[in-house]
Amino acid sequence: MDIAVCVKQIPDPNTPGELDPTTHRLRREGVDAVLDPGDEFGIEAGLALAEAHGGEVRVVSMGPERSVEAIRKALAMGAAGGVLVADPALVGADALTTARVLAAAIRRGPFDLVITSTESTDGYTGVVPQAIAELLGIPAVTFARSVSFDGSTLTVRRQTENGTETVEAGLPCVLSVTAGVNAPRYPSLRGIMAARSKPLDRLSLNDLDVQLGEVDQEIVRVEPAPQRKGGEVVADDGTGAQRILELLRQAKVI
Amino acid sequence: MDFELTAEQRAVRDLCREFAREEIAPRAAHLDRSEEFPYELVAAMGRLGLFALPFAPEVGGAGGDFISYCLALEEVARADAACAITLEAAVSLGITPMVLYATPEQRGRWLPALLAGERLWAYGLTEPGSGSDAAGLESRAEPDGEELVITGRKAFITNAGTEISAGVTVAVITGWEGSRKRISLLAVERGTPGYTVGPRYRKLGWHASDTRELAFESCRVPRANLIGTEGRGLEQFLHILEWGRVAIAALSVGLAQACLDQCLRYVPERRQFGVPIARFQATQFKLADMATQIEAARLLTWRAAALVDAGKPPGVHASMAKLHASEVATACANQAVQIHGGAGFIEDLPVARYYRDAKVGEIGEGTSEVQRILIARALLGAAVEES
Repeated sequence: MDIAVCVKQIPDPNTPGELDPTTHRLRREGVDAVLDPGDEFGIEAGLALAEAHGGEVRVVSMGPERSVEAIRKALAMGAAGGVLVADPALVGADALTTARVLAAAIRRGPFDLVITSTESTDGYTGVVPQAIAELLGIPAVTFARSVSFDGSTLTVRRQTENGTETVEAGLPCVLSVTAGVNAPRYPSLRGIMAARSKPLDRLSLNDLDVQLGEVDQEIVRVEPAPQRKGGEVVADDGTGAQRILELLRQAKVI
Repeated sequence: MDFELTAEQRAVRDLCREFAREEIAPRAAHLDRSEEFPYELVAAMGRLGLFALPFAPEVGGAGGDFISYCLALEEVARADAACAITLEAAVSLGITPMVLYATPEQRGRWLPALLAGERLWAYGLTEPGSGSDAAGLESRAEPDGEELVITGRKAFITNAGTEISAGVTVAVITGWEGSRKRISLLAVERGTPGYTVGPRYRKLGWHASDTRELAFESCRVPRANLIGTEGRGLEQFLHILEWGRVAIAALSVGLAQACLDQCLRYVPERRQFGVPIARFQATQFKLADMATQIEAARLLTWRAAALVDAGKPPGVHASMAKLHASEVATACANQAVQIHGGAGFIEDLPVARYYRDAKVGEIGEGTSEVQRILIARALLGAAVEES
């Protein structure tokens, strides 16, 4: 089973993010960049499937040149090869452009399964997996909490708003996995050294059959999320339990 | 000149930093208190490849360089010095002599489990009567047919008495040339009759590491257990110690960095006279001095490690790195306790542990005094040699 896993290098989520006031883009200069922690679940899912059923994992990324470090981390975890599409024309690309580029890069190699996270930890648009599936003309199975494969059919338990549902899908398809679908392995030190000799293709837009049209999506305004109201502290003067019961009833949880 | 790490060195550092932060740091306080040996963490470090890191793939290593090994030790020590010394002793003292001097047959017999971190191998040089005067050792091995019979004791030995300890390489006298000792390295497997491992010492710091006295009474090992050439033990262990000093320097840098990390978390939170103590220059100057000393110690360590990677003896640079880094670690631990005030004296915060763990860096694998002697000897050369 040939598996393509989409990954992204993002500013370290442990450092406070900052938006550029004119472009409304996340400032990436001078901030440590890391492989999106959410992508590690997709890499682990791909590696586990390839180990159990044969085949290889290839990671595909779009981003600035330094994104090779994120790809190398995936290679150190066990991926067989990587593709980076880096092009100055792609700076600030919107979700649909991103999906077009990734789909074109994926199509260059054999694939039975495309794995992504549900959304990136920096941009959070959450539409790229479905867009890739549409562009590749294959189904999208999203928000996977667990995945199994019997050799021909994927069985996926999906997170829904109300709980979970289990669906089956044939290959090829796009699978987006949630954090917690598995416990991603650490790369090994041997893997880091071996990553040196694994194929890493660098592509630009010229190598892909992607035309950048007019801007599809533009961020017009950014507003801070409304502050959450602080909770109520119930002091126990003997009626505390009653008061808490009342609050729980108001909240309709009991 | 280029002070930038390579992409691989950065990847090693980042991986070890993440592993140490997620897996080791949360357990460090418990390990210190309980003095339990960290079997699970040793196994996890083994799976990561840490015990194989600085060795060539031809002997089963991961193919990393010595700088990467130093980066790994710094990150592990930043989380827990006891785990770091367990790793350092296993790699620098247990595995390195085998990689450098053992026959392919010996390597095939012992190395795979050691490189995987499944078993640990110790190194016995120091004796109750010989510390800085390492060549004053008295343990001896008398030939008896195809066997050597070892008699003697070794002191302050790391990794010899754990459940996964597989053996020890001991430095012993195997003969005399007039009044000169012929010193050799000899591998003794755990369980060899006559080889006994004493109880763990109760130590000021490094509580979770395994440190013991070893005794050899009519302990018979085959001649085939000689590691390297008979009679060349002195130069062999001096070589091993030189590399080991660089590793101890890296470990000390990690501990010093941990002190600074904890201070940087504490000073914006702790308020006195109505403001965070970070606002006081008395605090700021301490932090600035710590950061400067740590960076100097790190660069000395990298300099010495780069010499190892270039195939050159690190020599006096190893001594300078070890001397400075270990003294920086105790100085930073001292200031970290001072910055934390009363809280620094209480075991709820890690600074008290850092303070206890730091001191031995100035002692193990060559005291600060020995390093100064070596540095002075390099400066003065023949002028101080006895006629």
